[in-house]
Amino acid sequence: MAKNIHLLKVASPEIAKKAKAGQFVVLRAVEEGERIPLTLYDWDPRDGTISLVFQEVGKTTKLLAGMRVGDRILNLIGPLGLPSHIERFGRVVCIGGGVGVPAVYPIARAMKLVGNEVIGIMGARTAELLILEEEMRSVSDRLIVTTDDGSKGMKGFVTNALRDLLGSGIRVDRVVAVGPAVMMKFVAETTRPYGIKTIVSLNSIMLDATGMCGACRISVGGRTKFTCVDGPEFDGHEVDFDLLLDRLNQYVEEEKRIAAMDC
Amino acid sequence: MSGRISPKKVPMAEQPPEERIRNFREVPLGYTPEQAIEEAKRCLQCKEAPCIKGCPVEIDIPAFIRLVAEGRFKEAALKIKEKNALPAICGRVCPQETQCEAVCTLGRRFEPVAIGRLERFVADWEREHCDPIAPNPPPKRGKKVAIIGSGPAGLTAAADLAKMGYDVTIFEALHKPGGVLVYGIPEFRLPKAIVEAEVEYVKSLGVEIRVDSVIGRLYSIQELFDMGYSAVFIGIGAGSPMFMGIPGENLSGVYSANEYLTRSNLMKAYLFPEYHTPIKTGKKVAVIGGGNVAMDAARTARRLGAESVYLIYRRSEAEMPARIEERERAKEEGIIFHLLTLPVRIIGDEKGRVKAIECVKMELGEPDESGRRRPIPVRGSEFIIEVDTVIVAIGTAANPLLPRSTPGLKLTEDGYIVVDEETGRTSLEGVYAGGDIVTGSATVISAMGAARKAARAIHEYLSGRA
Ligand SMILES: Cc1cc2nc3c(=O)[nH]c(=O)nc-3n(C[C@H](O)[C@H](O)[C@H](O)COP(=O)(O)OP(=O)(O)OC[C@H]3O[C@@H](n4cnc5c(N)ncnc54)[C@H](O)[C@@H]3O)c2cc1C
Ligand SMILES: Cc1cc2nc3c(=O)[nH]c(=O)nc-3n(C[C@H](O)[C@H](O)[C@H](O)COP(=O)(O)OP(=O)(O)OC[C@H]3O[C@@H](n4cnc5c(N)ncnc54)[C@H](O)[C@@H]3O)c2cc1C
Ligand code: SF4
Ligand code: SF4
Ligand code: FES
Repeated sequence: MAKNIHLLKVASPEIAKKAKAGQFVVLRAVEEGERIPLTLYDWDPRDGTISLVFQEVGKTTKLLAGMRVGDRILNLIGPLGLPSHIERFGRVVCIGGGVGVPAVYPIARAMKLVGNEVIGIMGARTAELLILEEEMRSVSDRLIVTTDDGSKGMKGFVTNALRDLLGSGIRVDRVVAVGPAVMMKFVAETTRPYGIKTIVSLNSIMLDATGMCGACRISVGGRTKFTCVDGPEFDGHEVDFDLLLDRLNQYVEEEKRIAAMDC
Repeated sequence: MSGRISPKKVPMAEQPPEERIRNFREVPLGYTPEQAIEEAKRCLQCKEAPCIKGCPVEIDIPAFIRLVAEGRFKEAALKIKEKNALPAICGRVCPQETQCEAVCTLGRRFEPVAIGRLERFVADWEREHCDPIAPNPPPKRGKKVAIIGSGPAGLTAAADLAKMGYDVTIFEALHKPGGVLVYGIPEFRLPKAIVEAEVEYVKSLGVEIRVDSVIGRLYSIQELFDMGYSAVFIGIGAGSPMFMGIPGENLSGVYSANEYLTRSNLMKAYLFPEYHTPIKTGKKVAVIGGGNVAMDAARTARRLGAESVYLIYRRSEAEMPARIEERERAKEEGIIFHLLTLPVRIIGDEKGRVKAIECVKMELGEPDESGRRRPIPVRGSEFIIEVDTVIVAIGTAANPLLPRSTPGLKLTEDGYIVVDEETGRTSLEGVYAGGDIVTGSATVISAMGAARKAARAIHEYLSGRA
């Protein structure tokens, strides 16, 4: 789709039938492989397929990127996590950053479907990395595009666009943000003074994703929660993002070691 | 008679400690046929056979032991498999000293018969010498039963119902069947190849196992009925790890025992980077807890290369729930026990990684509800141990995923499923449960015993209906 960003369409009639916006799957590509979580970008109960969009960052995502039409994924588990809370809130801002765009897209679509006015904000570092712009536009009443370098749309971060929007005095009933942890942290900081309920979808490191190990634990409102079964969506104003960021870096050395070896 | 009987069990060879801490191979090496026959001859062949009642799945112990004594190992295996589909597992991990061997007549004067070791020998002998033998398939009853979870409870319920002629499907959340047997108990105590072989045996009875299927998300229990299953057995275990609630518990480098053991066992992180799942090997590791799980975690840490492994337990060794055998092995492997010690805080560096743990010394006061003397902190006795990894092994709770998605299923305050003890019947018609999700964390064999009762009750329920 863009440099190092890939779309994967997988036949899985059972998951396609059950999937809801905000849920994810866990997959294992090969026998030696890790279990990694990926958000459901799209699903079609009629042809029995699900679509995932992922960024090549390490060993498993590289293996996935090397897959060809007809290859099999060894294990695919889902749908996991609690579905997004979809309701007619009024005006909803849906924000996606990087590979958060495919994750926020089905949420925006569901919000729109129940009659919300959807304002989409999507951003990437640079124009070549912007993905799914047309799809986002099709489910938004208004779409704001940002790039860090200004190569397309507004120059700056998605949070700059959000700040401008809120500053204009427009009423916003709910914000949903999916993207890198740092982005979600600053989105939450931006909406906090306005008291707008802000939902974020956390990407903590997971292992089983069935509530059995606690690898995905985070702190919300001072209480420990398991992202895989209690989330992945939480109230952004309550999340301890610094803890999440530290925990995401737990295995950087190991990840570098394994990435340095050839697949 | 006693004059001819050796007062002690025939000893079983083991890997020496200095060697075994450098590998993940099994520690006890098993009996030779000669040793097994010698041990089997110690059995008094009691008429009343109290040992049978000591076994929750009621293996005909004197009968199989007599066959061993006569060198008829294959027949001994068939005898055991009449009652127990997982003998190589039970022979290894059953706490025999509180089950069958606890009530062995010989045990009143001498060491009891080594029932567990003999069961293990027979099962291993069969696996190594015979093609898998499945009993003749029974006539089909044309009814489907769904089993949720493939731990010892689920496997036993499935095997029993398949033998009665039901079409049985197990739905398992993880990518490998076996429950705690594959993700929790380490390779050096229970080789995974053995679990696989016993799971294959259950499959050979006609049981279908569908991995990667999280019930409660993929299907609800109601949907299983809609799909044509006439009864459901829930054996999902009690896998939700508990934490202490002390500061620093979410620092990087703090694991639940479940996470640590799952990374090492199920995901084979001990073979990283050949296998891709990482684990912090750690130079100095603290394990918190005093049960079998804590021992497993500590011994795993040692094998992953930790130089110092501290076991921190708030009571004294007399109160430790871990089996004596496991405690001894842990000590032989150089695990350092900090008894009467309570962790109060985990200290991190600027990157949020563990660097030390602060503890306080305890003394024993009056007995509490459990009858064990209650530990009380000694004021001013705080001290700090430098560590880079902390493993919390203080127990598990009921996993809420399935119960939360099943309206009408009656739970206890702690989230365990309420059942009728004799039948495993839950508050929902046609839904039965057994194992750790009913009792809280217990043993492999008690989960199997509960599953056996539930299988019988499911059969009665289904045959009572047109
Ligand atoms: C609920 C959830 C939904 C997600 N959805 C998507 C998605 O739709 N598209 C997408 O591209 N990515 C998504 N992620 C992140 C994705 O899981 C990781 O990028 C992936 O696990 C990296 O695996 P790897 O082996 O390629 O890289 P590794 O070598 O394992 O790691 C490289 C980087 O990924 C991070 N990482 C490693 N393991 C995990 C993990 N299990 N979970 C999260 N981050 C991890 C590391 O911190 C590191 O920065 C999601 C994560 C979660 C928890
Ligand atoms: C580290 C460790 C060491 C132990 N050592 C011993 C020992 O030496 N001897 C002994 O007797 N006992 C031991 N135990 C205890 C023993 O393992 C358990 O009592 C026993 O496994 C319980 O069996 P179970 O079938 O009830 O559950 P489990 O073995 O926990 O199996 C439950 C299965 O259900 C699956 N599941 C959960 N939720 C769902 C869902 N929603 N949908 C589908 N599947 C689901 C799980 O993935 C799992 O595979 C040990 C436990 C641990 C953790
Ligand atoms: S299954 Fe366990 S309790 Fe029963 S005879 Fe074997 S070792 Fe003893
Ligand atoms: S109680 Fe002990 S001695 Fe008696 S039959 Fe059972 S195993 Fe043999
Ligand atoms: S990933 Fe194991 S509990 Fe969430």
